[in-house]
Amino acid sequence: MKRVVITGAGTINALGHNVSDTLEAMREGRCGIGPLNIRDVDRLAVKIGGQVTGYDEHSHFNRQQIALYDRFTQFALFAAQQAIAQSGLEFSGELAARSGVIFGTSGGGLSTQDENYRAVYEEGKNRVHPFVVPKLMNNAATSHVSMQYNLKGPSFTVATACASSNHAMGQAFHMIRSGMSDVMVTGGSESMLCFGGVKAWEGLRVMSKDACRPFSATRNGMVQGEGAGVFIFEDRDHAMARGAEILAEVVGFAMTSDAADIVMPSKQGAARAIRGAVQDARIDPETVGYINAHGTGTAANDKTECAAVADAFGAHADNLMISSTKSMHGHLIGGTGAVELLAAIMAVRDGVIAPTIGYEEQDPECALDVVPNEAREAKVEVALSNAFAFGGLNAVIALKRA
Amino acid sequence: MGSGVGEQMSSIQDKVIQIVAEQAVLEVEDVSLGQSLADLGIDSLGLVESIFSIEEAFDIEVPFNANEPEKSEFDISSIASIIKAVEGLVKDQHG
Repeated sequence: MKRVVITGAGTINALGHNVSDTLEAMREGRCGIGPLNIRDVDRLAVKIGGQVTGYDEHSHFNRQQIALYDRFTQFALFAAQQAIAQSGLEFSGELAARSGVIFGTSGGGLSTQDENYRAVYEEGKNRVHPFVVPKLMNNAATSHVSMQYNLKGPSFTVATACASSNHAMGQAFHMIRSGMSDVMVTGGSESMLCFGGVKAWEGLRVMSKDACRPFSATRNGMVQGEGAGVFIFEDRDHAMARGAEILAEVVGFAMTSDAADIVMPSKQGAARAIRGAVQDARIDPETVGYINAHGTGTAANDKTECAAVADAFGAHADNLMISSTKSMHGHLIGGTGAVELLAAIMAVRDGVIAPTIGYEEQDPECALDVVPNEAREAKVEVALSNAFAFGGLNAVIALKRA
Repeated sequence: MGSGVGEQMSSIQDKVIQIVAEQAVLEVEDVSLGQSLADLGIDSLGLVESIFSIEEAFDIEVPFNANEPEKSEFDISSIASIIKAVEGLVKDQHG
């Protein structure tokens, strides 16, 4: 089995337009959640989100590209450019043939759907732009990245709601580990902050109207975010041979299905995924020092997740740190695991643990060290990143210090 | 005029019971005012769907966050309390 390392990272999200700004915001416990600036926001009950601000598509893409790139595709291309540049890789010949792209997304080109339904239903138009289909399809981001960088190996898109990115990255990990690919561009992207995207979430009545406060007794729901995270996963021998900088090693991955409920999480399903990732990594559970939680800030997730961690680690659950960076960047749904992997990299590489901000009051059902409000320095050997999707599909990744 | 209000109130009761019964897959006669939604076998998804049906039926906005049902102004502890809350909202929003 091949060993797999990360040799590049890129992002755009509510905390920053690149990795260093994002990690700085996480270190400082800065909140990227604010008033939503979208059409018809006055008709929404939920008016906040982790929106990407200061981003002008025209500064990065030309008119022909914008006609084809939904916002979620733009985010993926934007983050991929950073990750590939950092890796120093160029794809041609045999390497191109053995390198691919696997991204997660849940809504795909939801903004494009929203705009075009508006045009035909609300405005009564009988004609839409010819590129609506290639713009809205869930694999558009994957395909455009593969086209831009000549990635000709196995490429596809994964949609498992809030676990999409983790499932995508797990798949990329497996492909390199098994020897099928040398390099995979992976992660996820999401842009659901449009009227229809927020309205749909409102319907479930699990959204907060003021802030995302994971694990705090005062939490009252989740807050949506948007953006992308993209990583270069590479065969370790390949990376070492070319003297690449290694950000972290991907050592384990596990996925489980609750087979129970379409929205309520299960402690057993989550615990099996956590335990599975540790076993897959062949590490002593006590070397896990940090968990980037799924931590949505809903009543159901946070207590179930804490119970699952306690179950999986036993007494060690009280020694490890677990935080939810969704308190800062919001819940990026299908892209969330990708942006959150940055916090796991920061833990193992820089020894900095991102905090759970907005924490106000202890909840006896979430009695773990949730790194409240302020980042912490700590030497971490292994970090996990949890993602538990609606539909009971769980995916946990383990990273180790390189 | 007094009887008109009374009629409106009893029609609210009938409609709420009808919505809840449909959600619980029960006959209207099997729903009694003292029961809770849990007694009727309605789970969290069923609750959210019932509230949606109530909003649609009466054209009202029901303030309810599934993360903190106990803090909601909309009291869901029994069928009677739901009816009372809906009557209040109809009065406030269409009064």
